[in-house]
Amino acid sequence: MSKNNSYKILNTRLPRVDAIDKVTGKAIYTDDMSFPGMLYGAILHSPLAHARILNIDTSRAERLPGVKAVVTYKEAGTQPYGVSPARYDETIFCHDKVRYIGDEIAAVAAVDKDTALEAVSFIKVDFEELPVLLDGRHAMDEGQPQLHDMYKNNICARVNWNFGDIEKGRKESHIIRTDHITSKMQDAAFMEPQSVVAEVDSHGNLTMWSSTQAPHYIQRTLAMALNMPLHKVRVIKPAVGGGFGPKASCSTVELATCLLALKTGKPVKTTLDREQVFLHSRARHQFFHTMTTGVKKDGTLSFLEHHCILDGGAYASFGIATVYYAGSLLGGPYRLKNMKYDGYRVVTNKPACGAQRGHGAVIARAAFEVQLDRIAEELGMDPIELRLKNVMEAGETTCNELFVSSFGMKEALEAVRDSAAWKKKRSLAGKTRGTGKGIGAACGFFVSGAGYPIYRSKTYHCTVVTKVDEVGGGVTVSSGAADIGQGSDTVLAMITAEELGLPLDDVRVVSGDSNLSVDLGAYSSRTTLMTGHACKDAARDIKRQILEVIGGKLNIPPEKLDLKDGRVVGIDKDIDFSALREEYLQEHKGFMDLPEGPQLTFREASRIAFLEIGSVVGTGSYRPPKLGGSFKGATVGTSPAFGCSAQVAEVSVDLETGEVTVDNITGAHDCGFAINRTQVEGQMQGSMMMGMGEALMEQIIYNDKGRIMNANLAEYKIPTSLDVPHLDAIIVESNEPHGPYGAKEVGEGAIMPVIPSILNAIYDATGVRIDELPVTPERIIEALKKKRENK
Amino acid sequence: MVREDLGLTGSKKGCGIGDCGACTMLVNGVATFSCMMLAIQADGCVVETVESLAENGKLNKLQQSFVDLGAIQCGYCTPGMLMTATELLRRNPHPSEKEIRLALSGNLCRCTGYQKIVDAIKAVAGE
Repeated sequence: MSKNNSYKILNTRLPRVDAIDKVTGKAIYTDDMSFPGMLYGAILHSPLAHARILNIDTSRAERLPGVKAVVTYKEAGTQPYGVSPARYDETIFCHDKVRYIGDEIAAVAAVDKDTALEAVSFIKVDFEELPVLLDGRHAMDEGQPQLHDMYKNNICARVNWNFGDIEKGRKESHIIRTDHITSKMQDAAFMEPQSVVAEVDSHGNLTMWSSTQAPHYIQRTLAMALNMPLHKVRVIKPAVGGGFGPKASCSTVELATCLLALKTGKPVKTTLDREQVFLHSRARHQFFHTMTTGVKKDGTLSFLEHHCILDGGAYASFGIATVYYAGSLLGGPYRLKNMKYDGYRVVTNKPACGAQRGHGAVIARAAFEVQLDRIAEELGMDPIELRLKNVMEAGETTCNELFVSSFGMKEALEAVRDSAAWKKKRSLAGKTRGTGKGIGAACGFFVSGAGYPIYRSKTYHCTVVTKVDEVGGGVTVSSGAADIGQGSDTVLAMITAEELGLPLDDVRVVSGDSNLSVDLGAYSSRTTLMTGHACKDAARDIKRQILEVIGGKLNIPPEKLDLKDGRVVGIDKDIDFSALREEYLQEHKGFMDLPEGPQLTFREASRIAFLEIGSVVGTGSYRPPKLGGSFKGATVGTSPAFGCSAQVAEVSVDLETGEVTVDNITGAHDCGFAINRTQVEGQMQGSMMMGMGEALMEQIIYNDKGRIMNANLAEYKIPTSLDVPHLDAIIVESNEPHGPYGAKEVGEGAIMPVIPSILNAIYDATGVRIDELPVTPERIIEALKKKRENK
Repeated sequence: MVREDLGLTGSKKGCGIGDCGACTMLVNGVATFSCMMLAIQADGCVVETVESLAENGKLNKLQQSFVDLGAIQCGYCTPGMLMTATELLRRNPHPSEKEIRLALSGNLCRCTGYQKIVDAIKAVAGE
């Protein structure tokens, strides 16, 4: 689809505002920063998965020349913190027990990295080893090792939901089937390892630069865990090399580096190595799903009964939200009146899991979409027809009270069906099944910004302050929003430029700083919709002020004026601006680059507005209205809007080796309205690749002691340019009424159909279903062997 | 050495053990994982980093193509991608898509799905 509206800036393919800095090496990431006299931090990690700490002896480390500070729980205190206030189960450093290999025990600041690392190796910890719990499926069983006093039977969170009438649904069903899918823990594998620089100024103000997704939440956690007033803590996010979820929660490396800076009075930098990134994790949980679904004879869904255990590793992190999302987001995109969900999020002696792209919902979606395919086969229905029969439309509410205000689900499904020539290829299915070539489809559904903040509060979710240069001409958009590579700075610049009729180069965005404004950060695909609203309002506030001054001076109602193409224009008629121009020219004697032409330039208008009313500052604030039902946990899954997507995958499977080649991916995503078309496609293509990795190759492997055996990017395989096929991204625009200009999410929703469409295609190619992710060649060969033996 | 002593922080460290390609530089014209090379091994060699691509403040064609076609998201892999692509285009000014994908296979990217990176190199190669 091409641009089909009157916007000058929006809906185009303008380059990102940070693109030039990123192709010249000028973009500054946290590890690129240095300060005079800066110290280097290093962390001591637990070598054991579960043990009691008997004694920590730091004396030898402290004696090492060049060491400036060694900190443990004795210095850090034991103030509990975490993500969800009801589950504050972490402390800066372990004090009573260690709960996974990698758990943080101490940190050192020294004059260089080598000295810091050597000092860490000199810290002696006496442990009493405890039995280790690694299998999440059995974490709740009697007699298992217990990780936390606060989690009886290792249950960190449980959800028991019952919407509609399952028994009625069961009675109405023509086909009922139960299937299982399990996955493995996965890593987000962003390219930039976490890095932190912290500094304390002479007034006791702590500033931390960090590769984070959520400066606001991190500011709160630092203040709480370090016992400092919130206004004395500032968090700045430089350029970030990808986040995908794990960088949304506060980490020990952030807290420890701040503590070291407070203790030494010097700037301190700590950068994780790749193995530490794996140990810190906070990435994808391990899921064990069991789903029972019923359908009527005509394919109408009648109920879903869903049971899930989530293995979340040693601490809660974002896991409470994860276990809710795993259930709530199956409420759409299909009409489903009866849904039961029992979710259990358990703790084990492995690195803690948290949020990762498509939070909580990705494997649940895969399980459900695979099951729909199996049901379609039993019914003798085309899988896309079965889905089309059940998709919701705009204006409907799910059984768990999620209101869907715009919904291009049908359009997305039809787009991928037609673009991938589904009917033609699928018509061969009966003949080609099991011959090594396959095609599969799936849908997805996701929030466009979490409806509520993580901590209970009436806070605005974001504010934007836009200020016009007093000299006239340019504007600066200030926001706490976090551009982690997804391109939110570009979205804010484009919205501002559109509203003020300016070229993109005259809009500067400063962002990612907790001192600039409140913004909850880059998670739950919220920024375009939420910060976009605030940004639009701030720009309109400025426009109103400028036009009021100009209108007042010329005795023209401001609503008869507009800002367009860098100029003030009359809406109905040409206006004589010569008196105002004279005022501007008087001030600029000797300047060469003076405005000309019949209309007043933005440069003149904004200068004249300043001369009249002082600094011209526009503000915008956004928070969603009250959303969702009143049942326990009803807030998770709510959103002002919902994105949806469909995908067709085509694969070839070598039936001898089990090797899968993805030949083609065609995806369509309803983003409401594409602020930047290139960036929307980029989010879709990135999602396709990440989902492909999760479907086929990505898994954290533990040994029987709980140690990760593949904590590097050679053995933890992610897709390379050779693995990924051509990725065809189709933009669907449904004009979301609650989004700025009709826009809603794309960042996470687009990953939803990826895994199941590939799984369904593999089934088509091989004739076997693999219910354990990732679908490695070994698992395919094993399944094919089993099938042959059963014949 | 390059990042800390020379202050050329454009080249990135993603893994430190030659897995990710974010630190790729050209050493005597050959794309090299700089994390696997001691400074002394490069003694007397011509070393090119991402900082060397733009001349007199003007982006070269490859950089401009990355900008125009949206081949950049978080940007952390971008310097390495550009250096690998630079070597490829010097060696083979008109590579096929397959040759481009093969050349890039040692440079990991987690944001783009590689599509727009391949498109950006193709656009330069097709000229």
